[in-house]
Amino acid sequence: MSKEWPLWEIFIRSQNGLNHRHVGSLHAPDAETAILNARDVYTRRKEGVSIWVVKAVDITASQPSLKGPIFDPAEDKVYRHPTFYDIPDDVEHM
Amino acid sequence: MYAQMVKSEGSSGEETPEEREFQDRIDRGEKIEPKEWMPAGYRKTLIRQISQHAHSEIVGQLPEGNWITRAPTLERKQILLAKVQDEAGHGLYLYSAAETLGISRDEMYEQLHSGKAKYSSIFNYPTLTWADMGAVGWLVDGAAIMNQVPLQRTSYGPYSRAMIRICKEESFHQRQGYHIMMKMARGTEAQREMAQDALNRFWYPALMMFGPSDANSVHSEQSMAWKIKINTNDELRQRFVNETVPQAEFLGLEVPDPDLAWNEEKGGYDFSQPDWDEFFEVLKGNGPCNKERLGARVKAWEDGAWFRDGLTAYAEKASARRAASATAAE
Ligand SMILES: [Fe+2]
Ligand SMILES: [Fe+2]
Repeated sequence: MSKEWPLWEIFIRSQNGLNHRHVGSLHAPDAETAILNARDVYTRRKEGVSIWVVKAVDITASQPSLKGPIFDPAEDKVYRHPTFYDIPDDVEHM
Repeated sequence: MYAQMVKSEGSSGEETPEEREFQDRIDRGEKIEPKEWMPAGYRKTLIRQISQHAHSEIVGQLPEGNWITRAPTLERKQILLAKVQDEAGHGLYLYSAAETLGISRDEMYEQLHSGKAKYSSIFNYPTLTWADMGAVGWLVDGAAIMNQVPLQRTSYGPYSRAMIRICKEESFHQRQGYHIMMKMARGTEAQREMAQDALNRFWYPALMMFGPSDANSVHSEQSMAWKIKINTNDELRQRFVNETVPQAEFLGLEVPDPDLAWNEEKGGYDFSQPDWDEFFEVLKGNGPCNKERLGARVKAWEDGAWFRDGLTAYAEKASARRAASATAAE
């Protein structure tokens, strides 16, 4: 059997001014073909103005099991949010 | 449905703490994402269900592809081509959702081509006339929508996102089908008859799409607890009949069911069940078009092998050339 084409993750910018956003993945032999395929698979209704493709194996992801140690430290730092500070209503423009 | 009679794999013994925590997350409405812990049964059942759904989208292109070259106008041809292309896209969204669970694309193809994996029974019926393009869009895509809309809320993130994309595209499918039916039903007497004939042939196979009653099925119960199934088959079928009958009346066509009657008390129609023996025969591979459909699919895959291999060889060569010129530049 032939070799399976690598998997590419597809990111699309829907309009200028917005970030590229992950929309899904697809198989293609190389990056150029991945972009062509992404156009057909993910932008049939003008959903994008720009496409990024990244080989799925090249993405390093944080471990789901380390969600706690990685993200929990931000939890008790409420002073990073403006709502933490009580400012009297008389003070305007703040 | 597009995934009919998917057996779910509940765990056998006592519920472990991980399983309890997993179920709690689902009950709280949290989404499960790839690489997170999940029960082996959840993974297995989802792979089965999503790949079966994907296979249905892919094989589902064939009955309609049959009419692309014979569409009555250029506009209808463009529309049908766009619709069939959407179905290819749906298959691809779903295959990649299934791949996040750890099965490869080639494995799924292999399962389809060897007959190990199923696809929806509906695509084993022939499309004999142009009116069938109307009936398929109206009834088959209509029934698919009925199932896919609630699945947008399914617990598995990639599956849910695929469903959301698919649902956005489906309503065009149903409307273009109904539009064909309107044209035919209001055309010449011969065209009206063709439309009626298409409805006659597709009505019961469309009802079969929801699968047999699963009110007492343990598989369905487990799948519903996991939120990979949202409604029972009977609920969806009833909803489909309730919505479709008035649409048929609007067309001036008759639903081929002498027992069809509005039931005030339940607020829905009473209707006849399809022939479930026929359904099981089709599922077993003995429908009118099973061999033709699978044969066409396997042929396309095999005939394309030299092309896929060619592109792979080219990609490897090009990347070797890039690597060589990068070293030379150093
Ligand atoms: Fe579809
Ligand atoms: Fe569709």
